[in-house]
This record gives sequence, structure tokens and C-alpha cells, in this order.
Amino acid sequence: MSVEIVLQTLLSGLLIGLVYALVAVGLTMIFGVMDIVNFAHGEFLMFGMYASFWLFSLYKLDPLFTLPLTALLLFALGAAVYQTVVRRIIHASMLSQIFTTFGLMILFRGIAQFLWKPDFRSIDNSLVSGAVRLGALQFGLPQIVAGAGAILATALIWWFLDRTRLGVALEATAADREAAQLMGIPVQRMFTIAWGIAAACAGIAGGLLSTFYPVFPEVGANFILIAFVVVALGGFGSVTGAFLAGIIVGLVEVVGGFLIGPQLKLALVLLLYLLVVLLRPQGLLGRA
Amino acid sequence: MSALLEVRGLCKRFGGLAANLDINFAIAPAEIIGLIGPNGAGKTTLFNCIAGFHRPSGGSIFFSGLDVTGAPPERMARLGVARTYQLVRTFSSMTVLENVTVATLLHNKRLSIARERAMQVLDFCGLSPRASEAAANLTVAEQRRLEVARALALQPKLLLLDEAMAGLTPAEVQQAVELVRRIRAGGVACLVVEHVMEGIMPIADQILVLDYGRKIAQGTPTQVRNDPAVIAAYLGES
Amino acid sequence: MSRRVLLSIAVLAAASAAPWVVSNPSRQNFLILAMMTAQLAVAWNILGGYAGQVSFGHAAFYGLGAYTSSVLLIQFGLSPWIGILAGGVLAMLFALLIGWPCFKLKGHYFAIATIAVAEIVQVIFTNWRAVGGAVGLYLPLREEGLKAFVFHASKLPYYYIALGLLVLTLLVSQTIERSFLGHYFRAIKDEPEAARSLGVNLTRYKLVAIAASSFLTAAGGTLYAQKELFIDPGSVMATSLSVKIALASILGGVGSLFGPVIGAGILTGIEEVTRQFFGGSGRGTDLILYGMIILAVAVYYPHGVIGGFKAWSQRRAARARSGSTG
Repeated sequence: MSVEIVLQTLLSGLLIGLVYALVAVGLTMIFGVMDIVNFAHGEFLMFGMYASFWLFSLYKLDPLFTLPLTALLLFALGAAVYQTVVRRIIHASMLSQIFTTFGLMILFRGIAQFLWKPDFRSIDNSLVSGAVRLGALQFGLPQIVAGAGAILATALIWWFLDRTRLGVALEATAADREAAQLMGIPVQRMFTIAWGIAAACAGIAGGLLSTFYPVFPEVGANFILIAFVVVALGGFGSVTGAFLAGIIVGLVEVVGGFLIGPQLKLALVLLLYLLVVLLRPQGLLGRA
Repeated sequence: MSALLEVRGLCKRFGGLAANLDINFAIAPAEIIGLIGPNGAGKTTLFNCIAGFHRPSGGSIFFSGLDVTGAPPERMARLGVARTYQLVRTFSSMTVLENVTVATLLHNKRLSIARERAMQVLDFCGLSPRASEAAANLTVAEQRRLEVARALALQPKLLLLDEAMAGLTPAEVQQAVELVRRIRAGGVACLVVEHVMEGIMPIADQILVLDYGRKIAQGTPTQVRNDPAVIAAYLGES
Repeated sequence: MSRRVLLSIAVLAAASAAPWVVSNPSRQNFLILAMMTAQLAVAWNILGGYAGQVSFGHAAFYGLGAYTSSVLLIQFGLSPWIGILAGGVLAMLFALLIGWPCFKLKGHYFAIATIAVAEIVQVIFTNWRAVGGAVGLYLPLREEGLKAFVFHASKLPYYYIALGLLVLTLLVSQTIERSFLGHYFRAIKDEPEAARSLGVNLTRYKLVAIAASSFLTAAGGTLYAQKELFIDPGSVMATSLSVKIALASILGGVGSLFGPVIGAGILTGIEEVTRQFFGGSGRGTDLILYGMIILAVAVYYPHGVIGGFKAWSQRRAARARSGSTG
């Protein structure tokens, strides 16, 4: 096993891990703010991929430039989903909450299949297609851009949560809902914004992925389980944790897949989830 | 006479916060001990350590001569320690009778016998007319009494009551006091955490006062009422 | 005899006679499917409905049952009637093994863990060439008849076996619910910490629940294998199957004896209707309908059909009471 292959594998894992991190950031934010696990999160990613795809196919707009538009569209979708459906089950039992987001997941997949058929689509010849050479190593440009984009988006989210008034209010709502309410923070609006941002994160990730990953209605399924693992590893509710955990999971997946075979990658990642929740339930940086 | 419950040098820390520091006391059989103190004094923590829900950071707890430090709640229940909850935790999908039956099943898994015994306990607590009602339909005061019945159904030697009289009307407080008297008459010791002074001062044999995690006074109700340290602690709270 | 027992006997008689009234084979197949789903939902309900431990990974038990009996049949010629027991035992042992650490987990963590375990099992079987891998297993067609547990000429015997298995599962469920286990399970579901302070060992009784639930689910898997004569990880271990049986229970009314049966009937009916009117799952209309039903139940009718019925009859009784006095 040469050094080049090791480096190539590591960097592949890092790049996809960054995308996982971005997906998980949205998921963990919703959990942190309102204790709900959104099983439909993968579908936000899927819609982001389709938005990116159609804008490219119909209007020849490159995914890189339509990312902000995708983010906006998904923000609106996330906020709308909260206002129409999720708002009604905030105080319901955990079973109801799980089933609600499950129902959304299936509904969204059905809508996508209905509108766009189950065919696999792909974006060819976008601005970022092609490869980059570094000595004996070769990397896909879309993957590098996706990784860089994920870092950028995550940094933006982190800056928003840490440095803006709205973001701090969001964090306060996550830390203690009642106290936040008593301080005059409009909790319902915080929830709506949280869902919007979470959907936007997944949407941006989808847009980044659309440059090299196939687009189809069930694509969310490929990412939701991994997103759960990342959130658990990072600590439910921790954005920084999700970022670090995303990278770790990406590395585990690619390196593990390289060592024991790509078909068993998913099993390895899920095993990681079980180990984390059984041995260190709070994950890396989560609340105990 | 050997003590039923002995707490020696009990400490409980949560991270950097010491909720209980060096607590020492004993309860004799069929004795009523009141546990009072300002909010945040560590009463509930001490309570939970004895009941088995917290593992003490230091010190030891002896029950009937056995070392039960850190024993889980299931073991404490089998040994004869029963507890109620500050925010009632009755089984909402079950009837009053079924709630108590869960407790009597501990000593006999035959459902018919367990039910009979549960009815007897409901009788003792004055809840038998409500036996087939859904527990969720009871008033808060009734649910408190149901929790006491459920705890009594374990045939405990020590009953831990966690603020069982909070929010009760004066008449209801009197009924609760009567019930505790009858429980004691049945040979069961009670450790009662209370804020409602009319509910504990008249019946307690001893009062323990906690403040900032430490025991600051112990004595008869009269002694404690006049203890300057106790008065200072309560005045300091407001 | 109580009214309930009489009603049950009447329903059983009707169910037994149904194939003579419904002679169309595809309609008969629909009934078989409905009963098989109902059986799985009742088995799931023991763990998820009564004991409140919601599992989205029951397909793992189903698949283990199907694979165990099938592999034993193919490799050793072992009769499926023994294989069904072997599958049940294997699934049960597996359930106890993973239940013991996983029952420490609460709420979401547990639910996701069940998905994780089932998906791991599916990945393993998809890559395990000795048992067919992704291609799957074909069961031998050599013999026919009751001994072989294979029927070609008519699917009717499958109907009665499915009915028998359903009745058996219902009986087990009812026996458990009426024993002290029923009280303990409901206590664990309602207030686990309070149950602990009454001496209930949570893990022990959750394991009892998952043991019964997994055994019965695995038995259903063997029935499927013997009926379809072909199994692969996608058909017997998919998470979508786990979700379906959980949904059937919740739709009908979690924690009741017949709720899961009603829910399974409704779900199977909806699947059949969408297949006929919307032409299968190619266009996604079945998913849309499915999703909307799940949403409606989760948001507005979390207690399912039985729960809704109870609430309605309580309201009616309350109105009758106030009507007679007022």
C-alpha cells in the first residue's frame, strides 16, 4: 500500500466527511433547539440536489452560482414544513414526533418520484467538472469544491450562531426554552428559523453533491443514516461536534471501505453509531 | 435499638457542585423524620441517594444493617424502601387498582393475589371507591395519595415522601397528616421532605434541616423551630 | 361466555369460511397478505405497543427467521416445520444479545439504534455469498404438501396457516398482556423510573418482551419464505418493512390486542388500492398516500383507530349521562 494511495484515501474521506458535516449541522441544530430528530432531513438534501439539477438543465445555470438560490429555496421549504406540520407536534409524544418526520420523509420521496420519475440524473460538464493533479495523486474537482463549500457553509453557520443576535437567540432557545421565552425571545420564530437553516444546510450540501453524485428521489436514504451517526458522534445539539464528527465519519467510511470492502462501508459506519451511543452517549461535545 | 436507616458522612457531588456534604443521621423503626431546608439545600439529592437514584460520591448508607450505598432503586424496593415523587408519576395508562397492583406484584407474581392485596392498600388509603378509575382522571391530591398507596403496597419499612403535601388545601393537608400517622402506626418509618410546615411539624419525631448541602440542625420540631441557625437560613433565603 | 369471546369466535369462524366466499385467487392472496402483516404487527406490538420500546428494526428478526429455516432446508433438508422453530430461537437469541446493551438507550437513541442494527444485518446478508448474498435464495420445489410446507395447486393452505399463526400470535399477546407481565410492561412504558422504585427490573422485562416479539416475528419470516419460495435481503430485511409493521400497529392502536390487526388490514387495503388505481410504485403515488396517512395518524390520531373509537364512545357515554340527568 503506497503512500499515495493512503493519502488519496484520506483526502477522499476528508472531503466527503466535510459534506457529511454540513448535512449533520442542520440535523443537530433542530435537535438542539427543539429535541426533535428529523427523519426527513435527507429529503431536504434531495430537493437541494434537484433544485441544482433543474436550474442547470433548464436554464444552464451552473450549480456553483445557484447555490445561494438553492439555499434560499430550501430555507423557505424548511420554514414552511415547520409552520404547517412540525409546529403541531412539538408537545406530542416522541413516537408521534418520530412518525411525523417519517411521514414527511415518505411523502417527500413520493412527491419527487411523482414529479421527476425515479430515473437517475446527473450534472455533466458543470464549471467544476474535471480533475486536479497533485503529483501522483488525482482528485475530482467537484469533490474538492464540495469539501471547500462545506467548510465555508459550516463556518457561516458557526459565525451566525456565535456572532449574530439572531444566532445567539437561537442558541439560547436551544439551551433553555423557558428561560428564552421569559427573556422575550419569540420561540416560535426561532423554531421556524432553525428549520429553515437546517433545510438550507442540507440543500447546500445537496447542491454541492449534485456536481458529482447521482440525483434521484431516494438519494436522501443514502445520507440520513450517516447523518444520524455524525450527530450522535458529535453530540446531539453540538454544531462544532457535528463538524468534527463529520470528518471522522467520512474518514471511517472511506478508509474502512478501502480496508474491508466498499459494500460493508455502511455497516461499519452504523457500528460506529452503536459504539458511540453505548459507550459515550454524549458523543464528543454533546450535553451529558 | 439499632437504627433502621443510617446515613454516615454522605457526600454527593455533581461536577463541581457539592449538593450534599457530610450528612449524618439515623432513623429508628416507625419514626417520622422531617427533612426541611431552603430551596437548593440538597433535600431532594439526599432523598434520591437514599432511594437509590443517585450514587453517593462519598460516605455510606446502611439499611436494616445492610450496606446499601449506591444500591439501585430496584434493590431498595425489595429491601423495603419505598418512595413517592414530587411531580406525580402515576402510570397514566392504568387504573388506580392497576397502579397499586404493579407494586404488590413485587412480592407475589400471581395477579389475583396481587390485586387482592392492592385493594387492601387502597382501602387503607381511602381510595377503594376509585379503584377502577383511570389514574389520569384523578385530581392532583388524589394522585398523590395514589402514589402513597403504591409505595405502601411494597410493604416497606421506610417510606420516603417527596413534598407530598405541596399544593394541597388545608383540609387536604390534614387528611395527609392523618394518613402519615396511620402509616406510622402500622410500623412504617417515614422520611418526609416538606415545605408545608403544617404538614410536618405536628407529626415529626425529629426534624433535619439542610442548608447549602450540609445538615445545620437536628432535633424535635420545637427545638428546630427556635434554632437561630435555622431561622437565619430561612430568612436568608428571602 | 362473555361478549368479547363470542365476538372473537364469530370473527374466527368468518375468517375460516372466507376463502369459500372469496374464491378469486388474487383476492385470497390479499387476505393472506393482510393476515401475515397483521401477525407481524401483533408481534411488534408486544415490544413496541405494550412495553413501549419502539423498534424500527424488526425486519432483522423477520429476515433471520426466513433465512434460518430456508438455509436449514436447502443445506440439510430440515423440515420447515422444525426450521420455523429454529428460526424463532435464533432470532430470539439475537434479540436478547442486542437488546441487552441497547435497552440502556432511551427514546430517539434507541429507535435509531434499532434501525442501525437491522441495516447492519441487511448489509451482512447482502454480502454473505454462502447464503445467497444480494441475489438471494431459491427454496426447493421438489415436494408439495403439508409436510413440505409448500403448496402449488392452491394457495388455500397458506391461508389457513397464516390464519393459524395470527391466532397463535394473538393468543400469546393476550396471555402476556393479562399476566403480571402486562402490568409490568405498561408500567415500563408509562413511567420507567417509577417502575424501578417499585422493584421492576427494566432491562429484564424489556428482554422478555423482545424475546416473545422476535420469536413470533421470525416465525412470520419462515411463512413468507415457504410461500414465496424466494428470499433476498431486500425483501425480508428492508427497513421499509420494519416501518410498515410499526405503522400498522400505530395506525390501529398501539397497546391494544386487535389494534395492530385493524391497522394491518387498513394498510394492506391501501396498498392494494394504490396498486390497482395508481399502477404500482413507479409513479410514487403510493408513497404520497402512505406519507399522508402516516402524517395524519401521527399528528391527529396518535392513538390510532382503537384510540379514536374509545374516545368517541367515551364522548357518547358522557353525552348520554348528561342527557339523562340534564
